[in-house]
Amino acid sequence: MKVKVISRSTEEFTRERSQDLQKVFRNYDPKLRTHEKAVEYTRALNAAKLEKIFARPFIGAMDGHIDAVSCMAKNPNHLKGIFSGSMDGDIRLWDIATRKTVCQFPGHQGAVRGLTSSTDGEMLISCGTDCTVRLWKVPLLKMMDSRESDEDYSKFQPLAVYVWKHAFWAVDHQWDGPLFATAGSQVDIWDHNRSEPINTFEWGKDTVISVRFNPGEPDVIATSASDRSITLYDLRMSSPVRKLIMRTKTNAICWNPMEPMNFTAANEDCSCYSYDTRKLDEAKVVHKDHVSAVMDIDYSPTGREFVTGSYDRTVRIFPYNGDHSREIYHTKRMQRVFCVRYSCDGSYLISGSDDTNLRLWKAKSSEQMGVLLPRERKKQEYLDAVKERYKHLPEVKRIVRHRHLPKPIYKAAALRRTMIEAENKRDQKRRAHSAPGSMPVQPFRKRRIIKEDE
Amino acid sequence: MAANQEIMDKDRLVTTTEQDMSDELNLKTRKYLRGDGANLETLRDKKLKGQLAVREKLYSQSAKAAAKAEKWLMPTDEGYLEPEGLEKTWMVKQESIIHEVDVISSRKPFDMILPELGPYNLQYASSGRYMLVGGRKGHLAMMDMMSMDLIKEFQVRETVRDVVFLHNEQFFAVAQKKYPYIYNRHGTEIHCLEEHGAPLKLQFLDKHFLLASVNKFAQLHYQDVSTGVIVANYRTGLGRTDVMRVNPYNAVIGLGHSGGKVTMWKPTSVKPLVTMLCHHGPVTAVAFHSGGQLMATAGMDRKIKLWDLRKFGVLNTYSGHAQTMDFSQKGLLAIGYGSRVQVWRDSGNQEYEKYMSHAMVKGYQIGKVSFRPYEDVLGIGHSMGISSILIPGSGEPNFDTWVANPYETTKQRREKEVHALLDKLQPETIMLEPSKIGTVRPPRRKERPTKKETEEEMETAVEAAKSITFKKKTKGRNKPSKRAAKKEEEVFKAKRPFLEQQMNNDRPLKKQRIAEAELPKALQRFSRKKVS
Repeated sequence: MKVKVISRSTEEFTRERSQDLQKVFRNYDPKLRTHEKAVEYTRALNAAKLEKIFARPFIGAMDGHIDAVSCMAKNPNHLKGIFSGSMDGDIRLWDIATRKTVCQFPGHQGAVRGLTSSTDGEMLISCGTDCTVRLWKVPLLKMMDSRESDEDYSKFQPLAVYVWKHAFWAVDHQWDGPLFATAGSQVDIWDHNRSEPINTFEWGKDTVISVRFNPGEPDVIATSASDRSITLYDLRMSSPVRKLIMRTKTNAICWNPMEPMNFTAANEDCSCYSYDTRKLDEAKVVHKDHVSAVMDIDYSPTGREFVTGSYDRTVRIFPYNGDHSREIYHTKRMQRVFCVRYSCDGSYLISGSDDTNLRLWKAKSSEQMGVLLPRERKKQEYLDAVKERYKHLPEVKRIVRHRHLPKPIYKAAALRRTMIEAENKRDQKRRAHSAPGSMPVQPFRKRRIIKEDE
Repeated sequence: MAANQEIMDKDRLVTTTEQDMSDELNLKTRKYLRGDGANLETLRDKKLKGQLAVREKLYSQSAKAAAKAEKWLMPTDEGYLEPEGLEKTWMVKQESIIHEVDVISSRKPFDMILPELGPYNLQYASSGRYMLVGGRKGHLAMMDMMSMDLIKEFQVRETVRDVVFLHNEQFFAVAQKKYPYIYNRHGTEIHCLEEHGAPLKLQFLDKHFLLASVNKFAQLHYQDVSTGVIVANYRTGLGRTDVMRVNPYNAVIGLGHSGGKVTMWKPTSVKPLVTMLCHHGPVTAVAFHSGGQLMATAGMDRKIKLWDLRKFGVLNTYSGHAQTMDFSQKGLLAIGYGSRVQVWRDSGNQEYEKYMSHAMVKGYQIGKVSFRPYEDVLGIGHSMGISSILIPGSGEPNFDTWVANPYETTKQRREKEVHALLDKLQPETIMLEPSKIGTVRPPRRKERPTKKETEEEMETAVEAAKSITFKKKTKGRNKPSKRAAKKEEEVFKAKRPFLEQQMNNDRPLKKQRIAEAELPKALQRFSRKKVS
């Protein structure tokens, strides 16, 4: 007879010295674990609640400007710094970590309308309503401890000032070349050393209000004009490539840095439209959540989400392929948001608004910034994953979706909803009472486009 | 030629062993998969299909990784008993087993004779390390089974009918003559649970921190031991019973009644989930298999039946008596009656056959059998004390530190308690099929809810409206007539949607039918159809 019984020796299962780690034995057999799904659901619920407890997205405000902040620029070589230009011509370089001004670039006589940084990060280009384009040399950001007072920062002189015939509305630098483009009554292409634009593009008689170079194709530009159009230009060709006319004006455009054939346009009718340049007759996604005109848009360096700032005093973060915002940031003191930027590491947003302040926010509102221990990180990832799995269940969904909205926005959103519903109902009734086929259903993504031109 | 053939044979040999290994791996992988994958062929949404396909792939990868890791992660081997020649397993006596096994294991079986203090109940903690012993005449003791140490022993001087550990070995509940009491490991009485009444049996639902008791008047009480709230209190209505067992798979309490019925209860419903007529006479013992599919019941009609809990039908019937039954972690069934214990084993396809047998001294009456978790030991509580015997192959050899750890330190115990409290499940999550949480209910066909259901909904809405408390007004505005009017208004508001729905459902049918027949064809589009 062969017999064997389970026998464990204590030495094998306990540690030898108190300096050793405790021994851990795993058996992944599902039979040992009951109620797996219920436990996961409870953890998802608790994680959703904890996320709301730790959601403190606002980090701080950077004040110093004395007029509304009209534009901002990122420096690709320095994560810590951001340039901002205001409506009274004041340009400042801020250190995000200390939220203080590093240096000022005075000189513009009127509002600064566009700011951009060159590819190598050495030069800052600004343009304004005083018909000038100014080039500045960017100083290296030094250690900030040895500063006594707030006013003690250096003021710089421009490297070059180019005067031209019309006021400028926007400027953007090529991602991979020496050229930059300005937008005014037409689109001008400049070189750093020439005091006159080397090339000009024009289509129609209206002012061009924003311009953006494509991150993947160095010669493609997207612009938006006040005749409600979005135009695509190629520098190698002498004429514009494509024009798309919509129902309302586009305030800003941003290319997706990870998918350079797609761009998103921030429109006056409170939505953002994502387009594929190869197929402009239909929007890829319509991002609808703002209640007032969207003023500025910027993509995260991951290309997975973008931030928008709107006239309705809020900043929203949208997923690149989702039609509703994942997050909304608002403060009582923040007035109309004119410009937003995602920081170069994708963890922060900076918004510049009408109340002369720049505000620094976290991209993920409940994220713990700084160095996390590996166990903390794993736990956070687990909680995110378990929330993701159960976020469709009503209790979890209610908590995850919940955001406090300021009353005017809540009411404005409700009003918009009723208006849209009423319009839809009217269309449905018209369709029901007319001959079948006489009123075609227009797909939503095409609805705001009037036509496309070559 | 011969050399070539040799090479070919070798190749074939190699491939067959590889085949075996991959089959084994497949078998193990299926264990970790927790069911079949979803059928993605019926989906038409390409985006969703792509996302789900990625997820399914991840699941299969993780199951495969777990199956591969099994080889390295299991330090202990299973126990077994293999008879040789004409020997049968049930003829093997405990003495011969003790003779064959190693020293540590030979110390595990024992006989503790405590003749004065009545029939003994015993319970093992979920890690298998601690044992709680309660004698009918009030003798309570807690022992550490690994070091065979007596932790605490005391007398309560009252009838003790049942003992059960709470989430730890730090606390235990005792069903005494009038009320259940909770003691801590030093023997200090911590709580007296008066609401329960005179308890006959206690059971603890681990993950939910619920203490369930059935009392002399056949009332079932559920109490949350972490917050102290009485979650539920139901009258079973089927007479006094002391057969109560919790199903470890879905935390449902099974009660066996004297009419032969077995009822299953959850804390959130007044009526039992399931009522099964199991035996022709009173039910004497109930046991649940840890996998949640098998239930064993024994009745006074000398039958032991095995039930399939998915279909609620009989799988097998055996004849025999049973005073007490218990399933082990590996699926062995121990049956105690009189002074004999029999252990049955599954010989494939849910057919149980006799595996081992143990006879105690003739006069002893066995009151309770309980398998010790993670060990090959069966504990027997009888009228003259406690014994334990070796049953090779009954316990799970490899424990998981985060589930139950027999070698727990104080720090690990404290951490585990905190995590268990954080993950405490709400009583609403108890259901017959716990894997249904998070799944999607199949879409209901557009059937109108029955009249009864709508009435019930209306009732609940009215109850909710009646329980609204109003702000107390001062300065002479708090007249009772006004208060009553306000309350009535709330009740009417709650009722209104149901009344409207009734109106919509009942009336227009007749009118619409007549109207539609009368209209000329061109005007029929303007009849009372809803523009949806």
